[in-house]
Amino acid sequence: MAENTSSSLAAGGMITEAGSSKKYKTGEWRSERPEVDKKKCTNCLTCWIYCPDNSIIVENEKMVGFKYTHCKGCGICANQCPVKAITMKEEGVE
Amino acid sequence: MSEPMAVNGDMAIAMAWKQINPDVVASYPITPQTIIVEAYSEFVADGLVDTEYVCAESEHSALSICVGSSAAGARVATATASAGLAFMWEMLYVSASMRTPIVMAVANRTLSGPINIHCDHSDAMGGRDSGWLQIFGENVQEAYDNTLMAFRIAENMKVRLPIMTCLDGFIITHALERFELLEDEKVKAFVGPYQPLRPLLDVKTPTTYGPIAMPEYYYEIKYQIVTAMMNAMDVARQVMKEFAELTGRKYDLVEGYRTEDAEYLMVAMGSTAGTVRYVVDQMRAQGKKVGAVKVRMFRPFPSEDMAKFLKGKKAVAVLDRAMSPGTGAPLYMDVQSSVSRMKDAPVISNYIYGLGGRDIMPGQLNTVFEEIMTGKGERVNYLGVRL
Repeated sequence: MAENTSSSLAAGGMITEAGSSKKYKTGEWRSERPEVDKKKCTNCLTCWIYCPDNSIIVENEKMVGFKYTHCKGCGICANQCPVKAITMKEEGVE
Repeated sequence: MSEPMAVNGDMAIAMAWKQINPDVVASYPITPQTIIVEAYSEFVADGLVDTEYVCAESEHSALSICVGSSAAGARVATATASAGLAFMWEMLYVSASMRTPIVMAVANRTLSGPINIHCDHSDAMGGRDSGWLQIFGENVQEAYDNTLMAFRIAENMKVRLPIMTCLDGFIITHALERFELLEDEKVKAFVGPYQPLRPLLDVKTPTTYGPIAMPEYYYEIKYQIVTAMMNAMDVARQVMKEFAELTGRKYDLVEGYRTEDAEYLMVAMGSTAGTVRYVVDQMRAQGKKVGAVKVRMFRPFPSEDMAKFLKGKKAVAVLDRAMSPGTGAPLYMDVQSSVSRMKDAPVISNYIYGLGGRDIMPGQLNTVFEEIMTGKGERVNYLGVRL
């Protein structure tokens, strides 16, 4: 449970800092996890363009993985991947 | 010196707004409030104010525009009544929780059905639990005075809640009465410039208004309204004190009339309070120990003030111009709970009256006093209804 008291929260629960959604670990919502087969991946970065949560990690213009702290497991990356390099795996099975 | 003039309650409120010159007025006309926004739109068209006037397509939109404008950093006013207020219902809760100090005139009119345009308090009672402050006026002068004080109370940094300035539909909104307008400079000095709290348009201080709050946070954020309501009592007292210094007109959250040695009291809100005092005078002339209590501030409800008036009395009649079918009416419930921990509390009866604009006559109130003096009457009574 959160510790903030009624009197310590900003009026109306307003958020008084920019970019605070970073602190909200939406990865906890995920029921399916994307995984990439780098042998198939062409680094076209279509996944990076489509990801609604900025959770595709790119280094030196190459797709290197997923930011699981914020990936909600929506599956858009897997759906859009033109070479079917991304697959969705059920969480908590393996 | 302010000159006495003859205006109706709606016009008095429009004149108050004109002197205050809010940044935004967004509204949708509805009887018996229409004169307010009609008159105000003329002030805008004539260049007498520099308010951004928005003709909304509905009351839901009107109050939504007010919320957005207030969050942006504007001083905001609007007006509504009856079905219009009911249509705002969703946004009432949003505006209170987002702590936007909007000032809204409510020209009290009953709710359909049957459809009826006349006065009762059932519209305002629908917003009773929303987190809005609610003050009721008795006549045209009070409709104006309450409006000036409302901006101060709502916008106070310890309060920051929206406020309804309620006036009885037609009885006050459309009746011409003798009225004293304060000078523009005095009003401007009393109300003061608007101080926004983290306005959205201040891009150097980024703020998100109205974010989602899940079970871990919702309760704490709602409780802030409770705290603000408690603060509003002292703030309102202070504002009323300053107003009395400015005008000589003394107001309080709850006001007593010939109560000190009274054994029986009648509690009322709005225009009926004047009729009650008239009846009290008549019965006092006959040697009856009766008194009147007027509720000006209904939210927050000044329970302690009410309890002080009721202490030691034999019986009390609470007049409600609204009903809650199946139980007692709202004002009665609050008055009764004010004395729930008092030893030897008076017997309190509820009298529901004046629904759909039916007139309340002094003779009827006389009968109510006689009933509570003789221990007759039910806990909840429907005064004057043909059974």
